[in-house]
Amino acid sequence: MPTFVRTDKCDGCKGQDRTACMYICPHNLMKLDKDGSETGHAMKSFNQEPDQCWECYSCVKICPQNAIEVRPYADIVPLGASVQPLRGTDSIMWSIKFRNGTQKRFKFPIRTTPEGSIDPYGGKPDADFSKIGGTGFFATNNGYREGDPSELIAK
Amino acid sequence: MAEFGNPEVVEEEVDILIIGGGMAACGTGYEIMPWAKAAEAAMGREITIKLVDKAAMDRSGAVAQGLSAINTYIGNEQDPADYARMVSNDLMGITRDDLTYDLGRHVDESVHLFEEWGLPIWKLDDNGERFDGSKGMAPLADGGTPVRSGKWQIMINGESYKWIVAEAAKKALGIDRIQEHTFIVKLVNDKSASNRIAGAVGFSVREDKVFVYKFKACLLVAGGCVNIFRPRSVGEGQGRAWYPVWNAGSTYAMAAEAGAEMTLMENRFVPTRFKDGYGPVGAWFLLFKSTATNAFGEVYLDRNKEMLDDYPPYGQAAVPASCLRNHLMLREMREGRGPIWMDTVSALARLRETLSPREVKHLEAEAWEDFLDMCIGQCGIWAGENIEPEKKNSELMPTEPYLLGSHSGCCGIWVSGPTDVGAPSSEGLGEGVPKHLPSGWNWGYRGMTTVQGLFTAGDGVGASGHKFSSGSHAEGRMCAKSMIQFVVDNKDHVPELAESVDDLVAQIYQPVRTYLEHKDYSTAIDINPHYITPRMLQFRLQKIMDEYVAGVATYYTTNANMLEVAEGKLQELKIDAGKMRAKDLHELLRAWENYHRILTAEAHMKHIQFREESRYPGFYYRMDKNFVDEENWKCFVNSVYNKKSKQWTCFKRAHVDLVDKSKLFK
Ligand SMILES: Cc1cc2nc3c(=O)[nH]c(=O)nc-3n(C[C@H](O)[C@H](O)[C@H](O)COP(=O)(O)OP(=O)(O)OC[C@H]3O[C@@H](n4cnc5c(N)ncnc54)[C@H](O)[C@@H]3O)c2cc1C
Ligand code: SF4
Ligand code: SF4
Repeated sequence: MPTFVRTDKCDGCKGQDRTACMYICPHNLMKLDKDGSETGHAMKSFNQEPDQCWECYSCVKICPQNAIEVRPYADIVPLGASVQPLRGTDSIMWSIKFRNGTQKRFKFPIRTTPEGSIDPYGGKPDADFSKIGGTGFFATNNGYREGDPSELIAK
Repeated sequence: MAEFGNPEVVEEEVDILIIGGGMAACGTGYEIMPWAKAAEAAMGREITIKLVDKAAMDRSGAVAQGLSAINTYIGNEQDPADYARMVSNDLMGITRDDLTYDLGRHVDESVHLFEEWGLPIWKLDDNGERFDGSKGMAPLADGGTPVRSGKWQIMINGESYKWIVAEAAKKALGIDRIQEHTFIVKLVNDKSASNRIAGAVGFSVREDKVFVYKFKACLLVAGGCVNIFRPRSVGEGQGRAWYPVWNAGSTYAMAAEAGAEMTLMENRFVPTRFKDGYGPVGAWFLLFKSTATNAFGEVYLDRNKEMLDDYPPYGQAAVPASCLRNHLMLREMREGRGPIWMDTVSALARLRETLSPREVKHLEAEAWEDFLDMCIGQCGIWAGENIEPEKKNSELMPTEPYLLGSHSGCCGIWVSGPTDVGAPSSEGLGEGVPKHLPSGWNWGYRGMTTVQGLFTAGDGVGASGHKFSSGSHAEGRMCAKSMIQFVVDNKDHVPELAESVDDLVAQIYQPVRTYLEHKDYSTAIDINPHYITPRMLQFRLQKIMDEYVAGVATYYTTNANMLEVAEGKLQELKIDAGKMRAKDLHELLRAWENYHRILTAEAHMKHIQFREESRYPGFYYRMDKNFVDEENWKCFVNSVYNKKSKQWTCFKRAHVDLVDKSKLFK
């Protein structure tokens, strides 16, 4: 089920030296065709190895032009369906179109804090070097489960 | 000027290198900075750290598309010992209780952090009604009640799971300590101590650059292995493996070449999933209480229940081992009573009878979200086949085999465990254990392999499955501490590479040189007697594994004779890997991924050959030894690889229980 890029929407990420889709694909599949020699469409991206696509939608979700879509794999799925997201900062909207025309829409939360707002060590203590050989982490947050010592039968 | 075939060489020395950017690496990245700072006084200087990932951390690794559940959350009501028991039984009795127990103590800390960072976790209110994670209910750390989709799993709105965890890790480390889009090809041992690690080499997948790192300690967390077996789909859909196609066994192959002791490489995972899309079934079974049937509507887990009695005690636990559930299903398929159906229609109808109207409205969304959060491709199949789960049932199918150590599998690397849980600190070594290897389950630093300075976590750690996303993160954090400790204890050690930088660069770029040298010999770029494309190399590997090493072609069966044929064919394939070509950097990536796959596959084959029984019925069967032999084989099968002779040595290590397993069967 590979991704494809719409010629009418992709703007090559405005000629920046790294495009969003190339940056994000975990399998290095998206490629910018700078001079059009590979696809006939200069400065637009394409999936260079469609049969290695995990359809993880990482590129679809990140494309600023919503230019990337997914066509369910032709060797398995009857034609005509589509599943397309619109990812915002706190939720994602999905539009699903069935082969028979049925449509479904879903909206799900994706995070409860503003993007980029994580303050990893805010309000946390420093690590205590004298404890480096023990169990537990540098800061604790009610999650360490001490365990019933009598369960350890070989101790 | 660097050009294709003539890369720029970048050399860098750090104290600690982290290879991978997945859940485990993000855990390490977060935990390591405070300890590094605390250690500065003892070290007398700043500790230098670098993380390299073949992709972009925001979406790299198995959690790229998100997840719909956190599969390991212990909670207050369960004991780490209960967790260790469950893991052991699911993996047919042979796991390291020290590692699983330790993970059970630590894992919830990571889950609480995820929620603090912004991951929405579903909650139950006082009336037992469930809400998604955006409703501002009390966090888990403050006593909020999660929605359990099983004894150990909790439900999340996890589309941005990896994005959130990576944001924390990236901020913790700082952008200067991170090198993305760099594929590590091999580790380099220390010049003066062959059982010590001193460096790693890799290349940029974007520009003509080779990176040579020197370090005191290294965390190798590059995930598990997919695509060593021929996938069920061989056309455009072959990318839709259950396991993410980009984890190519780098962890296992590089560790083995560096001399690390491997464990249980015979273990594999064959998940039963929705057919073709491989969408998750956990929520369907556990949350929606669905059943799976054969073509005649018979529930095969009931119909074939007596087959569990063949495998005492593992078949007799309240939840029989995963492989045994496959075993019962495979009988239906083999004897012609397929297809296998997930009865979604009855399950949803039953739920409608008991839930409030508001919950019913939520229910349909929940069912779709389960896929949309972690396996979107399954939705494409449902939409293309006009499947609405309340109206039409879906087919189930077992996938091709995958190798991993953090999900429902336990192959991986043998690591040093905690010292405070009663693990053996020495053992009567079995015959054939190479003398240079440690005795006992803790020989130094938590998470360190048998190679000095080489650590691993997540999918890398063998004999302790069921850590999942949260456990991999927590395990990465444990390694952060022990690596800092190792570096401080070895602060005067100066790493020296056993191989010259020129040689290393030449090795990595050999596929490019092979291509440039021979490309004009024939008119067809892919058909040339002087080289093999990485793609064909992969097909050859998959064909061998599928047909001889218990892939789907033989319904997961093999025997000693078939394994012997596989052995010969794999040896030839390994030789031909020396003729891989790379016509661009993308193909160079594929070339080395497939090299890692070949070594991982060979380890798998050798271990199956050595273990003269069928320990995981439903995952694979040695038809010449089609039984579980508790007397002779309730032990670890471990191995080491000799990269000079290119041979594996397999041997047994004794298994010991640290928690009482009989409690499972009361
Ligand atoms: C299909 C599927 C569904 C799952 N569902 C759940 C679930 O519902 N709940 C749950 O809790 N867990 C789930 N898991 C388990 C969870 O995803 C894993 O346990 C976890 O991601 C393992 O962490 P890791 O760091 O070992 O590997 P990963 O997270 O996979 O990370 C591997 C990293 O290594 C990098 N890498 C690989 N090779 C190289 C190389 N040679 N050089 C440099 N970098 C490299 C990759 O880019 C990636 O960053 C699921 C896993 C899968 C595969
Ligand atoms: S991210 Fe979108 S706009 Fe940018 S290059 Fe890729 S397809 Fe084109
Ligand atoms: S869907 Fe995922 S694997 Fe496919 S091209 Fe996009 S990012 Fe890459």
